[in-house]
Amino acid sequence: MSDPVDARPTKAKKPIDPPDSPRSVGWTRPRQALLADAARPLPLDCGVTIAPVTVEYETYGEISPAKDNAILIFHALSGDAHVAGWDATWEESGRAWRAKRVGWWDEMIGPGKAFDTSRYFVICANVLGSCYGTTGPTSPNPVSGEPYGLSFPVVTVGDWVRLQVRLLDHLGIDKLLAAAGGSLGGQQVIELGLAYPERVAGCIVLAASPRLSTQGLAFNYVARHAITNDPHFVAGDYYGTDATPDRGLGIARMLGHITYLSETSMAAKFGRRWQEGDGPGYGFDIEFEVESYLNYQAQAFSERFDANSYLYITKAMDYYDAATSLGGGDLAAACAVAQGQWLICSFTSDWLYPPAACRELVHGLMAGGKPVSYVNIESSYGHDAFLLEVETVDRLVRGFLKGVA
Amino acid sequence: MSQPSHREMIERLMTTRPHFAEAIAYLASLDAGLGEAADGPRRRWDHDLIAGLVPAGCRVLDIGCGDGELLLKLRAEKQVRAQGIERDTELALKAVENGVPVVQMDVDHGLDGVPDDSFDYVVLEETLQTVGRPQVALREMLRVGRVGIVSFPNFGNWWVRTQLLIEGRMPMTPRFPFTWHSTPNIHVLTVRDFEAWCEAESVVIQQAWAYAEGEYHELIPADNVLAEEAVFVIGRAATNV
Repeated sequence: MSDPVDARPTKAKKPIDPPDSPRSVGWTRPRQALLADAARPLPLDCGVTIAPVTVEYETYGEISPAKDNAILIFHALSGDAHVAGWDATWEESGRAWRAKRVGWWDEMIGPGKAFDTSRYFVICANVLGSCYGTTGPTSPNPVSGEPYGLSFPVVTVGDWVRLQVRLLDHLGIDKLLAAAGGSLGGQQVIELGLAYPERVAGCIVLAASPRLSTQGLAFNYVARHAITNDPHFVAGDYYGTDATPDRGLGIARMLGHITYLSETSMAAKFGRRWQEGDGPGYGFDIEFEVESYLNYQAQAFSERFDANSYLYITKAMDYYDAATSLGGGDLAAACAVAQGQWLICSFTSDWLYPPAACRELVHGLMAGGKPVSYVNIESSYGHDAFLLEVETVDRLVRGFLKGVA
Repeated sequence: MSQPSHREMIERLMTTRPHFAEAIAYLASLDAGLGEAADGPRRRWDHDLIAGLVPAGCRVLDIGCGDGELLLKLRAEKQVRAQGIERDTELALKAVENGVPVVQMDVDHGLDGVPDDSFDYVVLEETLQTVGRPQVALREMLRVGRVGIVSFPNFGNWWVRTQLLIEGRMPMTPRFPFTWHSTPNIHVLTVRDFEAWCEAESVVIQQAWAYAEGEYHELIPADNVLAEEAVFVIGRAATNV
């Protein structure tokens, strides 16, 4: 959901492994695969098909001869396939923000780390509708040759996972050792585990529930409202112009950041401190530190993300409801087909995917007599805790994988 | 054997002087590290007992599974389908690290989400006396499981009784190694208390064992005073095992 570096609120930054570190996967190069074409388009939940579809993905480590050591990582709202290491291609791809930034879950993925790339083959792919190499609203519509914009079909978590399964087929992987993700990435793990139970042995779901809360729907609506009401949005047809709906996207991002933090973590990081001086300026410029932080996040985000993609991805997040799509309204029925092992983890101060919502999945799985592990980690970091409570998540993932392997 | 009078208790105390001396020495050895001495080999007696009880391949739920030690043993020796429940975060983390499926939940809030009869055996090992709502725990275990295995330290043990009687202090023994203010044991009970509860609730006691002075035996009436710990196998009235 959140950007790992942008969003880091108060936790002291961990030392980052440079590309030559034995604990780093080193320099990485994204790969692309054509997973749908006119002969074999991808069917979507909205009733249409889409082709062509290109998927950008990265892999780390070596696949075993039996192809039984693969772990698929799912990214969240604003994430990408660059989950670990250092992007060797940032310059040629124009992704300048990656120049000095390590992959978004580098603390967990690398030789000797929890997702140990000296043992496991780790995969991460960018989702359909995003703007980081996989087909999305910025891609050319094959009918017009112009960027899709809002003519891009509305996609769902179910569509994403269907496409990821095509990627597994493409890579010749019948069954994953594990799948893992947090937030919207966690919802993709749920979908994979329940819609394709035969394709994964271990499911790791962090800070995610089988459906978003009403409050979550409301936040996403306001975020999209900010984008669609930006005068530069022009019905999503802003590509090639010199004005893009940055303000709307920025407001959406600010709102997002508030939901990723918690009252406690915001108070700890910013308090009521003034950005400059030590008192009010009696005006409406940026005055408090928290305002400056949000403003910075808004700007940085609009430089690296596409407003249309934000609309599509939040919509997928809103629509997702595993009970409805897979169980006829009954989550236990949806969970009845689950195989293998499950690890579900919530964080006490997460108000985007609160612990009680995460427990719905635990109960659904237990109702079917499935073995399940669930831990509610004490943390003040809000939703971002799934990226920040690295020590605890590291322990859980290591232990869990030991039981799956 | 009926419950001994206080006079008999004190006589017994005198005739078992070595144990009494041992008790005094143990109490003297308790410093800040209260409770540590209570763990160790003694835990294995009920683990072995339980491992002997459960049939191979059955479904076992351990309520208050700690770091998953018992479930690991049952899985290794009996290939059971193991599931743990633990309310403490650190212990639940350790269970996951041990490769044991564990759900962090508090049985005091009931076992919401766990369907009726979803386990063959439900274990409540050394947990009953620590929960806020012991009756909820017991009723829930017999709802979700066919057979319940309950073990607890016996507060009716002579050692406990004499300390309270003679010293007038809250007892501290290897089974109750905590001060009154630090103890997790908030609902202590005796063998007889448990038997009475079962009778009142129409719960059938199928088997019972006691552990005393280094060995275990099938429970006898005198164990209300002799037993340091007890293990009961219980079921609903209509249950046949």
